[in-house]
Order: sequence, then structure tokens, then C-alpha cells
Amino acid sequence: MAKVLMKGNEAIAESAIRSGCRHYFGYPITPQTEVAAYMAKRMPKIGGTFLQAESEISAINMVYGVSSAGKRVMTSSSSPGVSLKQEGISYLAGSDLPALIVNVQRGGPGLGGIQPSQSDYFQATKGGGHGDYRLIVLAPASVQEMADLTSKAFDLADKYRMPAMLLADGTIGQMMEPVELPEEKTDGFVEKPWAVTGTGGKREHNIINSLYLVPEELEKKNLERYERYKLVEQNEVMVEEYLTDDADICVVAFGIAARVSKNAINAARAKGIKAGLIRPITLWPFPKDAIKKAAEKVKGFISVELSMGQMIEDIRLAEECRKPVVLCNRVGGMIPSPDEVLSAIEKAEGGEF
Amino acid sequence: MYTQILIAGFGGQGVLFAGKVLAYKGLTEEKQISWLPSYGPEMRGGTANCSVIVSDTPVGSPIVHDPDILVVMNLPSFDKYENAVVPGGYAFVDSTLIDRKSERSDISAFYIPATKMARGLGIPTLANMIMIGKVIRETGVISMDGLRDALAKTVSAKHQDLIDANLKAIEAGYSFEG
Repeated sequence: MAKVLMKGNEAIAESAIRSGCRHYFGYPITPQTEVAAYMAKRMPKIGGTFLQAESEISAINMVYGVSSAGKRVMTSSSSPGVSLKQEGISYLAGSDLPALIVNVQRGGPGLGGIQPSQSDYFQATKGGGHGDYRLIVLAPASVQEMADLTSKAFDLADKYRMPAMLLADGTIGQMMEPVELPEEKTDGFVEKPWAVTGTGGKREHNIINSLYLVPEELEKKNLERYERYKLVEQNEVMVEEYLTDDADICVVAFGIAARVSKNAINAARAKGIKAGLIRPITLWPFPKDAIKKAAEKVKGFISVELSMGQMIEDIRLAEECRKPVVLCNRVGGMIPSPDEVLSAIEKAEGGEF
Repeated sequence: MYTQILIAGFGGQGVLFAGKVLAYKGLTEEKQISWLPSYGPEMRGGTANCSVIVSDTPVGSPIVHDPDILVVMNLPSFDKYENAVVPGGYAFVDSTLIDRKSERSDISAFYIPATKMARGLGIPTLANMIMIGKVIRETGVISMDGLRDALAKTVSAKHQDLIDANLKAIEAGYSFEG
């Protein structure tokens, strides 16, 4: 199929439709509004639902409803809006419901700004809502991955009966790149015998619920869920390694920060510095093994982030504090330049951690 | 080749569209492409810019810090980005709106009275395309061949009648001597 030029946000929307999603609920917020705009244009033409809810909270609860009925469903927002959705996300997790939540991050906290950021890493990967639960968190670094990982997120969410989040940022959402869209998904959908679709008088009725007042039952639910999370950790880690084979300095970065870092690594290599990149594509499950393996041979790690240093904690946990890890970051909507990352690499090469 | 282009001006001058034309044409030439707009509140009445990268190899960061090609359509943008152009690079200046020359001796600067030319041609909103014509002529970053097809993809479905006017503007810029 021929490549087309699309904005990252549009690629999410078209890929979701091709992945069989016919129900979208959202509320506008920069820099993700193109997702909603695209859905508003396309869904009515293909018999789907586009609904601009009265609030983000309302939208996520509509997602809960459609997911309960066994249909593929999504919502999208940007940081402040995703905070509003957290209660609903916890309920989705507590009811074992698959859904896609897209966060095209902007600077925070509070209303923050509208420029790109990665400062919702904690919220996405550590459980932004209450209770013990996990989200599958995918971090696209190109418009192509906006499309590919949207489709992947629906499949994983269905397979493991849990919500998945696409954690993008304003840059990847707003930029255009050539993209090869996935084919329309027509088969291979996971069966959902648990869905509330009407019994037709032929079976016991299904219940979608997150309320368990008997603690023994609630504990059992939690333990079952974590058995499933263990499988996700075993089977679904995605990571890109770039020039890590002989690397002395290992940069770890995702999304737009990884794109900037690649430029810096190429510049470092041109100066004879052996730098490489580990790019987590799944932020949860985090690619612990790749980091741990790298820790055996590198001098140290540089975490490049558009946050005050959130992923850096997972890097330290993964490499078990065997090598120094330093932060190279910009925040508030600013993006580190390749020169800033290069200078961090040069310092690290000189032993300055 | 790995060509980094920065196009900057006021909101409403079509700097984002100009970048899109380069991006779509680059795509039809099977180049690697990225197009990144500024999307801040500055777009309303203030400055707007877009980063375009046209390359034979995969595009790294889509943010252009040090352009090989700078296209400026207002003075604040020229002041802001002139020194960022890489040595040996190009600056294209709309001389109707910017009444100073480049202070750099290590770049090739071209002064095109694009806004005035556009008015004279009866297409006052297409100064951006006149600038692009000159960029194509001097840098060869994309080719003139098949430009109509690329424009057809860039221009929205309801404005397809404007393709001829866009082509006329690009050709005027391409033939401009100076």
C-alpha cells in the first residue's frame, strides 16, 4: 500500500477505524484535537459513533459502556483531560475491560501549556487512578508508529482484557510524516464471551462490575489480574536498540526524545564516541532486560526526557544501580536540542556522571 | 542528502502550506519527509513557522534548529533565525516585507519581493508559493516535474480550483532573477 502524508493525530484516528473501532468519545483539547476532528468526519460515514461528550469524565464512562458490550472503543485527550479520566480508567481496570486511551501529552502540572511534554510518564505507567492495576503503555516515536501502535494497543487490550494507553506527545501528534496505514482488520478478533450483549434467554447473564465487598473475593480478583499482568510482562515487551552492540554510553529515551537522541548519537559516533540508544516502545511493560544487559558493558546511562526525570527511576530499578544514570532533560513544553544531548554524551564519555 | 528547511512568517501568510507543498512533492520523489508546524497561540496574529526535512535517509528529530534553507516572510523571523542557518546554507527573504539584507557572508541570500509580485499577478495570497518557486530554482531540494500532482494532494478537495494559481506563483518565483 502506498504511503500517505498524515499528521500523527490523524494516523491514530484512521488506524483505530481500520482496527475495527467504531465508537469514539472525547472532548477537545490541544494538541490532540485532530483525533476528534477526524473521527467526527469519518465515523458517521461508516456507521460508527462520534460523540463529543460534555466532559472528559463523561467520555471515559461512555467508553466503559461500549467496552462492556464487547465493542472496540477509544477516547483521546491531552494531559489535563487525561487526569480527569483517571477515575474511569481505574474502573475499566477493575472491571477487566479493554479500551484504548490516547494521551497526546502537553506541559504540566495543572493546566500547564500546550507544547509537547512527557511528564505524564508516572501517571501512565504507575497507575494514575486508585487501586492496584496496570495499563499497557505504548510510546510511539513516529507517525508510522502512531498508526501501528494504535492497532497493536487494541489487540493487546482485547487479548489481556485491560485498558491500553498510547502515550504520545504534541510533536508526534502535530507532525506529518509518510505513513503506511494498516489494512482493514476483518478477522482475528478476540472472542468476548464475557460481554453484556443480551442473553437471548440462552445463557446466564454476564456482569461487568468493579465492586467486590467481600475482601476475599476482591483479593482473588486482584491476584488473578496480576497473573495476567505477569504474562504481559513476559510476552509483550517492545524495544528498539540503536548502535548498542559496542556502546560505552547508553542513552535511554522514548517518543520525541528518542528522535532527538538519535541525532545526538550519530553526531557522537562521528566524533568517535561509542554511544547507543535503548528506546522503550512499551513503557509498561518496561524493557528491563535490555537495560540490565546493557548495564553489564556500558560506562553509564543517560535518560533523555521531557520531564523532571520520571523514566530514570525505572532505568535505575532495571540496571539495579550498577552503573551511574544521569538525566538530560527539558520541561514545560521545551525539547532538548541534539546539541544538548550530545553535550551530555560527551560529559559522560569523560566520566562525568 | 539531508536537507533541513525552516519557513517562518506571520500567521496567515501560508508558511505551513508552503512547507506542506515541499513535503508532498518530496514524498512523490520517494524521499524521507517530516513536516512539523508551530502550533502555539503565536499562530494567531504572531509568528508561525514550520520545520520540513527532505532526506534520502531516515529523518531523526523533526525539529529544525539549524536550517540548510531558511525562508522568511517577516522581519522578526529573519532576526530570529538568520544566525541559525548553517554555513553554506541559503536564506530566502521576502524583500517587500523585510527591508534589510543578511549580515552573513557565509550563506547565499536571495531577496524576492514576493508579496509585491503576488499583488501584481492578481494572486495576493500566494507570496508563499513565489518564495517556494525561488527555493526550488536555487536549491533543487525538490523538482519542478510533477508539481501539479503534488499540489493536487496538498490543496484541500474544495480548493482544487486554486491549483493553477499556485502553479503560476511557483513559476513566477522560479523565473525571478535576483
